[in-house]
Amino acid sequence: MTPLVEMKNISVRFGGNQALDNAYIDLYPGEVVGLLGHNGAGKSTLIKVLSGAYQADSGQIFVDGQEVKITSPQDAQRYGIETIYQTLALADNLDAVANVFLGREKVRGVVLDEDIMELEARKVLDRLRVRIPSLRVPVANMSGGQRQTVAIGRAIHFKAKILIMDEPTAALGPEETQKVGELIKALKAEGVGIFLISHDLHDVFDLADRLTVMKNGRIVGTVNTKDVTHDDVLGMIIGGVMPKRVPNA
Amino acid sequence: MQMQRSRAGSESLIQSLRVDGRILTMLIVLIAVWAVFQLLTLNQPGQFLSAQNLWNLSVQTAVVGIAVGGMVLVIVTRQIDLSVGSVLGFTGMIMALIQTVPPLGWGGHWLLALLAGLLLGALIGAFQGYWVAYWGVPAFVVTLAGLLIFRNATFIVASGRTIGPLNDSFKALGGGLNGSIGETWTWVVGAGVMLFIVYQSLSNRSRRQKNGLPVRAVWAEGLVMGFLLVLTLAFVLVMNAYTYPGTSISRGIPVPVLITLLVLFGLNWMALNTRFGRYVFAIGGNPEAALLAGINVRRMLVWVFALMGLLAGLAGAVQAARLNFVTNSMGNLLELDVIAAAVIGGTALAGGSGTIVGAAMGALLMSSLRSGMVLLGLPTEWQNVVLGAVLLAAVIWNTVYLKNRRS
Repeated sequence: MTPLVEMKNISVRFGGNQALDNAYIDLYPGEVVGLLGHNGAGKSTLIKVLSGAYQADSGQIFVDGQEVKITSPQDAQRYGIETIYQTLALADNLDAVANVFLGREKVRGVVLDEDIMELEARKVLDRLRVRIPSLRVPVANMSGGQRQTVAIGRAIHFKAKILIMDEPTAALGPEETQKVGELIKALKAEGVGIFLISHDLHDVFDLADRLTVMKNGRIVGTVNTKDVTHDDVLGMIIGGVMPKRVPNA
Repeated sequence: MQMQRSRAGSESLIQSLRVDGRILTMLIVLIAVWAVFQLLTLNQPGQFLSAQNLWNLSVQTAVVGIAVGGMVLVIVTRQIDLSVGSVLGFTGMIMALIQTVPPLGWGGHWLLALLAGLLLGALIGAFQGYWVAYWGVPAFVVTLAGLLIFRNATFIVASGRTIGPLNDSFKALGGGLNGSIGETWTWVVGAGVMLFIVYQSLSNRSRRQKNGLPVRAVWAEGLVMGFLLVLTLAFVLVMNAYTYPGTSISRGIPVPVLITLLVLFGLNWMALNTRFGRYVFAIGGNPEAALLAGINVRRMLVWVFALMGLLAGLAGAVQAARLNFVTNSMGNLLELDVIAAAVIGGTALAGGSGTIVGAAMGALLMSSLRSGMVLLGLPTEWQNVVLGAVLLAAVIWNTVYLKNRRS
């Protein structure tokens, strides 16, 4: 089977700092890959290269087996890559509808089609089952969970094939975290591939099919979740070495 | 159905009306200021609420009113433009030169002069925006340089002379003796606006209802619509009540006021209904999010500054036409009035928040205060002290308002 995404030999240098050193990762349809590592291990940089926020100094990206050049967030969106950033990347002064459609507004002629956008935003946010009473208040006035929902709604509304979730549950309570988990399973069933970046090992173990661990800008290795224990993975994150007798996946 | 929500009684008056609380406050302050000035001038020949004074007040608001719409957009994107007064003076001077100095010195070139001035303003704005957007030079510095450069360029191009008198057709832009549209056209404009208000209100409402989206309660819809209709009617009546000296011929809406209203209506529409407006606010709210959403933030900033320059040029045309003679100091420090009007009207200097309507009311409040104090014979120094205090009070109130809304 062809991977949905394959990133090969990706290197990024920020000044004197080698942020990524020949990093590689792949993702198949309907699969969740957990991306783990300490702060500064290079997870966010790798993901931002894929989402078009950064450009790699060298390396290749393949989508559905075709090599692609991603130089902007629009490029990534064109290939069906949607990103939910840890910061959520919401314009706090705008309402939920405006945020869901930011950069991709529906228009009639030159006029924003607010009604259609409001209806579609309502539909996609209802699917996430977090109560948002009014879609027409600035998202600055919303709770952490509601804001997260808007950010997720923004990504899934546009039929992502590849979804990048950077710490999707960091701002959420247990109940909302569970809803995000259910959503991930539902999207998986639809064949969406998901990169899940998280500090919380429990979350990742529950949801991810494979785990890729990074340290100091390098890939330590990728393992099948069912082959490893928490301690194995902690060893990879802290020690930077593959556990013995576990194959690279 | 969702639209029944507003009948539940849990909503406050402002929520039912779906009107920005700050604009409602501005309106109340404005009415209060007008009432106080009327009471204070009751026993003198020139009353504050006389048709003559209100007509003049509207003309006096025009120049700042035209520029303030652009300033709102600039400030919303977290920028500032200190060069407005200088650009206004410079473009005004160029327009005066084109229509007075040979070989172009004959009257027919007033339209050419106007277009050249507008284009020049837009180019100056785009030039300044370029340094801000693509080189990361702070707008404060770029436009401070612009303030110095264009103020003195005004002196240089005119060799220090005062240029005038201007072409009669051009002068209509300033609202002088032939600068009003007359009684009939004022009624036509007023009727058109009133029809538009009714149509807009009803068609929006029925479309939202058809799509199952929440709408205002009927009484709230009627109240807002009724208020706008009464306001329009009152405006038409006042403008027509002021006659030419020694006759009973109505002046009607002054051309500069008509221009101001068109500009503000257009900008407000653009801010609320187009991608351009949406992106201006997105950039102000979170520039990084705007970038990640694929918005070309740099190009947007250049456009915003170009628009500000264009409006400074238009304001320059109106000011020049009003004065008939363009001096080297025309528009000196006017940027401060424009920024003050925007801020009094609820535009937050931190960016991301502001309305064209609020800023227009801010401009009207400032010129009302000035006009009233002139009628009362207050010296200029005291006028400025009062305006400064009002600016401070407005910013404090705005800060408190935003803080309360957050928490």
